[in-house]
Amino acid sequence: MNDIIVKSITRLVIPFLQLYGIYIILHGHISPGGGFSGGALIGSSLILYTLVFGVDRAQKKFSHRVSEIAESGGILLYLFVGALGIALTGNFLSNKAAGFPLGELGSLLSGGIIPVLMIGIGIKVASTMITLFHVLIQEESQ
Amino acid sequence: MKKPFIMLMFIALFVVLVINIMRMPAGLGTDSLSYNDATEHYIQYSAEETGVTNIIAAILTDYRAFDTLGETIILFTSIVAVISVLRPDKKPENEGRVSHE
Repeated sequence: MNDIIVKSITRLVIPFLQLYGIYIILHGHISPGGGFSGGALIGSSLILYTLVFGVDRAQKKFSHRVSEIAESGGILLYLFVGALGIALTGNFLSNKAAGFPLGELGSLLSGGIIPVLMIGIGIKVASTMITLFHVLIQEESQ
Repeated sequence: MKKPFIMLMFIALFVVLVINIMRMPAGLGTDSLSYNDATEHYIQYSAEETGVTNIIAAILTDYRAFDTLGETIILFTSIVAVISVLRPDKKPENEGRVSHE
């Protein structure tokens, strides 16, 4: 898309979109939102970048190598936290029973494993959206 | 010939969906089946048991964390399936074919 208005507005909007996505992921346990919605915001901001600047420039920002690491990393973080519960009490994904610090109710650092799991889900959803879009659009251009 | 048939199929599907919406239980109150002890337990004890003010997050990643793991695995599997079918990096294969010829 070779339109100066679209390009300028996209450059202006994308940082806010991504910052808001990160905010929603990190505050998923104390306000509405969470890993799925925040990850969808970050993924759609990168889809907007791909639509405006083309798939080649977007591949430099988010290549298949990065997406491999993000895809596996998100799910491995989740499984690692779950396995930590097994090591501490014998139950998969146990939170309070495993002795994770719950923190003060309503503060950012509270809830034991919940924020960590939210970050894992957020990474996973964002990279899934952007990888699906890139793979489909590259298949079309070949 | 084909287009009216497709339209008819869509209209039939629409009618089926609307009938299903009509058959949904209306006026959900405290005596419905889905309102059981679990609801009250989540509302009363989730803050104490998980230390989280967002009950939805508490259910998603604490009470039903295993369920959410399954959801993430579905996402992972979908990506693996799409990449294995469409395969974005075809360059090595093509180069091999060219040098072979």
